[in-house]
Amino acid sequence: MPDTPVKLPVKVTVNGQARSATVEPRLTLADLLRDEFHLTGTHLGCEHGVCGACTVLLDGAAVRSCLVFAVQADGAEITTIEGIAKSDGELSPVQEAFRDCHGLQCGFCTPGFVVSVTAFLRANPDPSDQEIREALSGNLCRCTGYQGIFKAVRQAAEAAQRGEV
Amino acid sequence: MATVDATSTPGAAGATRYAGARVHRVEDARLLTGRGTFVDDVRLPGMLHACFVRSPFARAAIRGVDTSAALAVPGVRHVFTAPDLNPGVHEQWHTSIGPESPETPRPPLAEDEVRFVGDPVALVVAESRYIAEDAAELVDVDYDPLPAVVDYATAEESDVLVHESHGSNVIGELGGLPASALEDTFASAAHVVSETIRQQAYVPVPMEGRGLVVDYSPTTGDLTIYSATQSPHEVRLFCSRLLGIPEHRIRVVMRDTGGGFGQKIMVQRDEMCLMLAAPKVGAPVKWVEDRRENLLAAGKSRHEHAAVKMAFDAEGAIQAAQIDFVSDCGAYPTPWPVNTAAVVGVLFPGPYRVPKASFTSKCIYTNTVGRSAYRGPWQFESLAREVLLDIAARQMGMDPVELRRRNLLTRDELPYTNPNGMPYDAISPRETFEQALEMLDYEAFRAEQAEARRQGRYLGVGVSNYVEPSTPGFGYYATEAATIRIEPSGRVNVYIAGGSTGNSIETTVVQLTADALGVNIEDVNTIQGDTAVTGFGPGAAGSRSGSMTAGAVRDTAAILRERILAIAAHKLEAAPEDLELANSRVSVRGTPSIGLSLGELAHAAYFDPYALPPGVPAGLEASARYTNEARYIWVNATHVCTCEVDVETGRVELLRYIVSEDCGPMINPNVVEGQIAGGAVQGIGGALYEHLAYDEDGNPVTTTFMDYLIPTSTEVPVIEYGHIETPSPGPGGYKGVGEGGAIGAPPAVVNAVADALSPFGVTLTELPLSPDRLVALLDGKR
Repeated sequence: MPDTPVKLPVKVTVNGQARSATVEPRLTLADLLRDEFHLTGTHLGCEHGVCGACTVLLDGAAVRSCLVFAVQADGAEITTIEGIAKSDGELSPVQEAFRDCHGLQCGFCTPGFVVSVTAFLRANPDPSDQEIREALSGNLCRCTGYQGIFKAVRQAAEAAQRGEV
Repeated sequence: MATVDATSTPGAAGATRYAGARVHRVEDARLLTGRGTFVDDVRLPGMLHACFVRSPFARAAIRGVDTSAALAVPGVRHVFTAPDLNPGVHEQWHTSIGPESPETPRPPLAEDEVRFVGDPVALVVAESRYIAEDAAELVDVDYDPLPAVVDYATAEESDVLVHESHGSNVIGELGGLPASALEDTFASAAHVVSETIRQQAYVPVPMEGRGLVVDYSPTTGDLTIYSATQSPHEVRLFCSRLLGIPEHRIRVVMRDTGGGFGQKIMVQRDEMCLMLAAPKVGAPVKWVEDRRENLLAAGKSRHEHAAVKMAFDAEGAIQAAQIDFVSDCGAYPTPWPVNTAAVVGVLFPGPYRVPKASFTSKCIYTNTVGRSAYRGPWQFESLAREVLLDIAARQMGMDPVELRRRNLLTRDELPYTNPNGMPYDAISPRETFEQALEMLDYEAFRAEQAEARRQGRYLGVGVSNYVEPSTPGFGYYATEAATIRIEPSGRVNVYIAGGSTGNSIETTVVQLTADALGVNIEDVNTIQGDTAVTGFGPGAAGSRSGSMTAGAVRDTAAILRERILAIAAHKLEAAPEDLELANSRVSVRGTPSIGLSLGELAHAAYFDPYALPPGVPAGLEASARYTNEARYIWVNATHVCTCEVDVETGRVELLRYIVSEDCGPMINPNVVEGQIAGGAVQGIGGALYEHLAYDEDGNPVTTTFMDYLIPTSTEVPVIEYGHIETPSPGPGGYKGVGEGGAIGAPPAVVNAVADALSPFGVTLTELPLSPDRLVALLDGKR
């Protein structure tokens, strides 16, 4: 390996703010967000794309930030869990539903679920129970047995149908 | 801030206004918005990052370690090997086990021999985790591979020893009444059923792995540790002994831990290495394991088998029960596993009328990852018993529900001491059983099953019952402390060892404190998970937090209530017994308009000390340490599961899943249901999908989430809850509910699948019930 690794500039918009960094090409988007931008709400549960804890919105689409290199996100608009609630702290309808329905316990997987469900309900505001189960199946939770999460998505879907998610 | 749903009703002082309500969790606002603080979120100035070099061999001699290439990588600060760290050990033992037990030798880094794939050999410290991982690959370890002990079932006879110094691969054995004492009973019984039941290795898999940040100050000698742990105080005690640093120079902080389920109760070798390295590094150092390390090195659970046997009379009444239990404990079990293994034997009779029992238990070393605790660490007793009961029922031509009904203990038989001396009381096994069956409508299901079979579809129903001791009342676990500070404004801070690991203990403590003081829940905040400001507490283990913190809060609040009422009585010129404290206000009973707010009383207590009644100290601060009033708090439940099995593909679909439990009064039904569901789904995973597998050479083959399969939302049924309420002898009548789900689920699922396949004459005695295993069993019968 070279003594001085190649570094490349990355410019992104994160939760509405322009951010930039100069990074090694191998740096993941998750590590860019966590280590460079100190947005530690994006969690790493497996670093191989299965658990979904690191899910963020990249130009509106839910992606696993452990499987995206930071340089691939250059120019993109990113929303992390820190950008889901309103700036005054009011929870989004999805977050509110998770709280109402005991959809989280330790909370480690929760940011990934909230971001994934937000993207899902924007795309499909009136899902069937089966569609909800399939949409959630890309995120792993070890505490809840998914019971409260499933209920939370049902509750949040009502807000989604009003265009509030 | 906690809020309450509209159904909660204000009650009298000290009444359960909040306990019993579905209170919103105080943990949620930060966790839902990405503002929790898990250990990997801790960033300190100048912090360095650690990565382990781990053995690729199950057993090998280490001939040498060359760190020169790794040290040459820019950004690498240190590469530690065993001679660098291991001599720094002063003492190493876990407080719950004590210094006297015959512990496994536990070198922090492997010395002359590696004993499992994943065994830590060197520790690289660098400016980033990326650089540390690069350098770890350049550490050149000269291994001389040796034959390994992989199969625990034959390890006892093996010529190869996992720990040469121990002289045997048997770690320890314990037993109850000898089997010979039951020989006559078995010989004369109308029916005897015996099987060998086997459970595979499966593991807690918290979504956050283990990790810690260790910050040593050479100038002051102070050490601060941020840790993913279920017990900050045990981390401090352990580290103090390990490094020979006085306990009060160490501070352990745990704000949010991403699940533990037993895996984060004890300090293991990896964490010991970080503690030993920190004083040598001269900067804060972080190690957070990745998923591969978690599945490779964080520990193994379950993986055990037993020969089990029961004798019945002609009517199906149990006459005797016998279990000979063997457990795979890997190379470095944490902690010493022999006592826990014996509990499997002690509890094997379960919530049934069993006149006689015998047991043996044996723990075995192998060249695999060491055993560590997992939710319901003795749950094999329930798996073995409940699976055996179904096999017995089929052999006797009796409905498995009817067989259980004839043997389950009823309330009028309590207290009841099981044949191994366990004194059951305040339980309701017959009631949870009948409630769960009624929720299912058992007869209707049997009719539906018969109809389905006529159509060539295979449905099944499985039942399991268990009784478990929660809230251990011995030694290290026997006490819990609380400090309550009613601040000068009248707002309340309550300090408990605790710490959020997913058990909702912050919310629980806030609810309990609001009730115990008689204040509004909005007025209560809790501070936990910091050894600098909380009294010693052993942490989240043994389903103890609810009952023990209830006692600690009760006893501490009582001191303050008495003081508040004395001050109010003095100011209102009333007798204390004529006053009530509720809704953060003291008022004259029957004349609510005459009174003082808690804020006014606190102001007086802090700022007008000379006007306090004689003998009442200034301020409103108190601490108390509660000692468990009950040596055992028993808790019982019934799980009922229905399923459909595709007999061509071996796929199991769970249809309904019912849990009826008796955890006494519920402090927060959301929390109780969440604990049950999470545990039950872990148990479902263990029964059907999860397997921490090794090949015959001792190579782990499931070190990613693509190989180690935990349940996802598409596999999990809706869980239905039934609740029976028998108060425990402890504070508030509360019982522990953290572990039961993981105990009850595996046998219920196995029995459901076995019931579905009963037309084929298949007997299920080995987990997991993976499609290939089921198809192979069916093929053997077709």
